[in-house]
Amino acid sequence: MSEPELTCKEVVELVNDYLSAVMPAADRPRFADHLAECPGCSTYLEQMKTTIELTGQLREDELGDDIKRDLLEAFRRWKKSL
Amino acid sequence: MEAARFARIRRAILSLPGEAVVVDHTRSGARSPETMAGDERELIDALLAGDEAVFASVVAMHQPGLVRVARAWVKDADSAREVVQATWLAALESFERFDGRSALRTWLFGILINIARSHTRAARRTVPLSALVADELTDATPIVDPERFFPRGHAWEGHWQAAPLPFPTPDAALERRELRALLEEAIAALPPLQQQIVVLFDIEGLTGPEICNVLGVSSTNQRVLLHRARSQLRAIIERHLGRSGDE
Repeated sequence: MSEPELTCKEVVELVNDYLSAVMPAADRPRFADHLAECPGCSTYLEQMKTTIELTGQLREDELGDDIKRDLLEAFRRWKKSL
Repeated sequence: MEAARFARIRRAILSLPGEAVVVDHTRSGARSPETMAGDERELIDALLAGDEAVFASVVAMHQPGLVRVARAWVKDADSAREVVQATWLAALESFERFDGRSALRTWLFGILINIARSHTRAARRTVPLSALVADELTDATPIVDPERFFPRGHAWEGHWQAAPLPFPTPDAALERRELRALLEEAIAALPPLQQQIVVLFDIEGLTGPEICNVLGVSSTNQRVLLHRARSQLRAIIERHLGRSGDE
């Protein structure tokens, strides 16, 4: 017996499981069938990937000098106490 | 053209071995080298030997993430910095007892959250974790506005009525800055657990099990909350770009 087709409303609920690689294998053909035929949902999937990518780009690697100085002092104190 | 594209998508999804697309955590460049056990051991030995350069690099690597997570607990930037400062001091004090069973970052985030929680408790009422989880799970905000789908009884029930349109590529530096600011604001406005989960997973690159460990939530709840958080952020970007497809 074949499962009923997914609606777009159901697909958007599954997108994150798909992106996190936790979608059960049994659900994947229905999900793939839907995406292959639905421009709206494949755009939604792309938007979700872009969102995750943009969020990842927020990572900063810069640090204020005062924070560095304070922490280095704390580190030196800690070293002495060893 | 379109038909060929969709056939390609379908083939790509079905041909994946095992599980589907895995989000690539290396995409944003700098990732903790300590995810490799050998490097981590060296790092810890150097810290215990008092190597300042190594300490500075560990601080530089984790400070931004620690501040972000602290902000989920204390609302102003100054208190967040205080909490992070206290975290480093506490970490130094107990560093000799760090047993390396978890990754250094997991250990640091664990200390931070304990400090942030007691900071919050001192400032206001106690909110038990279970209540936070329950709150965020029962929140009925739909992940996509239900009006975007054809209503019950319609021949196309549950299908897009106002389908999303592709995001335009933000090319100008100004647009990118705007988008960053918007995302930062949107993340700060998320409920505390979702905020921490999205920060730890999508920005700091922790794994699902590490996050469950740090926050004390189940993996199912972690997934549901990550899903909610990402969906909210997508909707906010979509609204900002003004391309909801229903004009």
